[in-house]
Amino acid sequence: MVATTLAHTWEDLAGAALPSRRMEDWRFTDLAALTAIEPRPWSGGDPMASLQLPVGVTRLSDAELAAVAGQTLARTGCDDHWPVRLNAQASPVRLGLRVAAHTAPQALTLSFDAGAQGELLAVHLVLQLEPGASLQVAQRVSSTGVGVVSLVCEADLATDARLDWGLVAQGQADAALLGHLAVVQAPGSALSLTAVTAGWALSRLEPRVLQAEGAASTRLRGLQWVDANQLADTHSLVRFEGPDGQLDQLHKTVAAGAGRSVFNGAVQVPQVAQRTDAAQLSRSLLLSDRARVDTKPELEIVADDVKCAHGATVSRLQQEELFYLQSRGIGADQAARLLLAGYCQDVLRELPTAAAGWQPLAKQLLEP
Amino acid sequence: MIRPDAPVLLEVRDLRASVEDQPILHGVNLTIRAGEIHAVMGRNGSGKSTLSKVLAGHPAYTVTGGTVTYQGQNLLELDPEQRARIGLFLGFQYPVEIPGVSNLEFLRVATNARRQQGGASELDTFAFEDLVRERLAVVQMDPAFLERSVNEGFSGGEKKRNEILQMALLEPVVAILDETDSGLDIDALRIVAGGVNQLASPDNATLLITHYQRLLDLITPDHVHVMAAGRILRSGGPELAHELERTGYDWVDQELALAEVG
Repeated sequence: MVATTLAHTWEDLAGAALPSRRMEDWRFTDLAALTAIEPRPWSGGDPMASLQLPVGVTRLSDAELAAVAGQTLARTGCDDHWPVRLNAQASPVRLGLRVAAHTAPQALTLSFDAGAQGELLAVHLVLQLEPGASLQVAQRVSSTGVGVVSLVCEADLATDARLDWGLVAQGQADAALLGHLAVVQAPGSALSLTAVTAGWALSRLEPRVLQAEGAASTRLRGLQWVDANQLADTHSLVRFEGPDGQLDQLHKTVAAGAGRSVFNGAVQVPQVAQRTDAAQLSRSLLLSDRARVDTKPELEIVADDVKCAHGATVSRLQQEELFYLQSRGIGADQAARLLLAGYCQDVLRELPTAAAGWQPLAKQLLEP
Repeated sequence: MIRPDAPVLLEVRDLRASVEDQPILHGVNLTIRAGEIHAVMGRNGSGKSTLSKVLAGHPAYTVTGGTVTYQGQNLLELDPEQRARIGLFLGFQYPVEIPGVSNLEFLRVATNARRQQGGASELDTFAFEDLVRERLAVVQMDPAFLERSVNEGFSGGEKKRNEILQMALLEPVVAILDETDSGLDIDALRIVAGGVNQLASPDNATLLITHYQRLLDLITPDHVHVMAAGRILRSGGPELAHELERTGYDWVDQELALAEVG
């Protein structure tokens, strides 16, 4: 179905008051860039209507989709989040996919663009991976001009399932992105999620992962680039509800111009989650005096037999690295670009092969 | 190789420099002619590493007096990258690790920057690969190192070999090697010294900054300078290095004390 809702304000559309900066989760995140756009319903078709599905991947019927949609959101505790409510109220384009048990690894490419007409493209994606299923998703979300993307993705990973998920979100100066990526993992499953965002006036991504009984592997990689007056926010949550879970999380930021970057990384290790092994690192690179970075690990650890490491660094381009390149005849500008590209490459190289052609950050990294 | 009529490549006159307002160099004089190998020796803190960084243009160091002339040109007014492009090379004591930047790409960009300055054409990926594979032989380096990030995860010896590989590609006119021998086992030292010897020619010059004689057993210098307290205290031939090896640096302190009293 295509959205036909008419509403004059974002509050009307979502049926809930906008998050206020008095709320801890929205303290650093100003929604002005969103409210500057008048909500207009999506007039295009279903961007995923002609999607070619690989072997072993089938669409859920409407009844099946209705039965499971929202479950992962509820289990990861975000069904009442404002961006999720907005998505539900905006009659999103829905796609539900099942990946059959024990299939050979399959690759899926999803790409959609919010256009430039100031419209709201709402997408709700539901992925169900049966035991031992394996799927690689290369997902591209973009906007060519004024536009808003509301993205809600749910993924349910059964025992021993593997999901390798790369999201590239390339925005424009008058576009906003609100995304929730909710994943529930059964024991033995492996999630690798790499999210890259750049160019949006406002982007807010909330990866939320629940290891329902622990004993799963979660790998999160994030890279957000802000410039001019852009604001990018990642609020991640990983919760272990059983023992022997693993998390390896790296979040990187480049903040240029008067850009603002927010990272909040919650990790919850309750009493049942003994022998959890979790590592989170947030690295931020400040390229200008006007840019601002707010980064916060938020570890709640109750279990006593765990390894939980976390770290946060905020730095400028290292003078020694720049000098080393300059001393080899490489000009200061090119040296800075090489260092930046290297810094980003750490995350970009983890994107699925199908995402390579999208060249995320190409504009930022290659322009002189 | 000493030839009194060889052209002067680098002329340092009364060079003074400081870092964070702390004076380190107190008037260094040094003349290097084509074909010569010089060694600057001295204890830690004598200013020898500062001298190398000031010559290469490190931004943390401020020149407070004196002149440096490189092939007739005022070196001190040039950016570090311009100095490199006209043939000045600094081999780092601690080569910097640059994650995410491929060693091969780095070497290619650097080589092309130097070539373009000399009016040569830029090498494309294929032509450059041929060149780099040939030059790898100078330091007996495994081509696998080209695929890795610049110096990332390299051992001490591998980093120093990568420095000499860069030297082999950039073909400098004056190469300053800052403690290239530090942290090397004897095999790695032989390979690195062998590389330096292969690259030395009547048209270029090498300035070795070192603490120990052992590098000079493998690369024979024409001139040896002893540095202390930010100055060159004594200059001589290779025999001066042997004398230092025998007597240690204690006489330097005495001579320094005398100089200060005088």
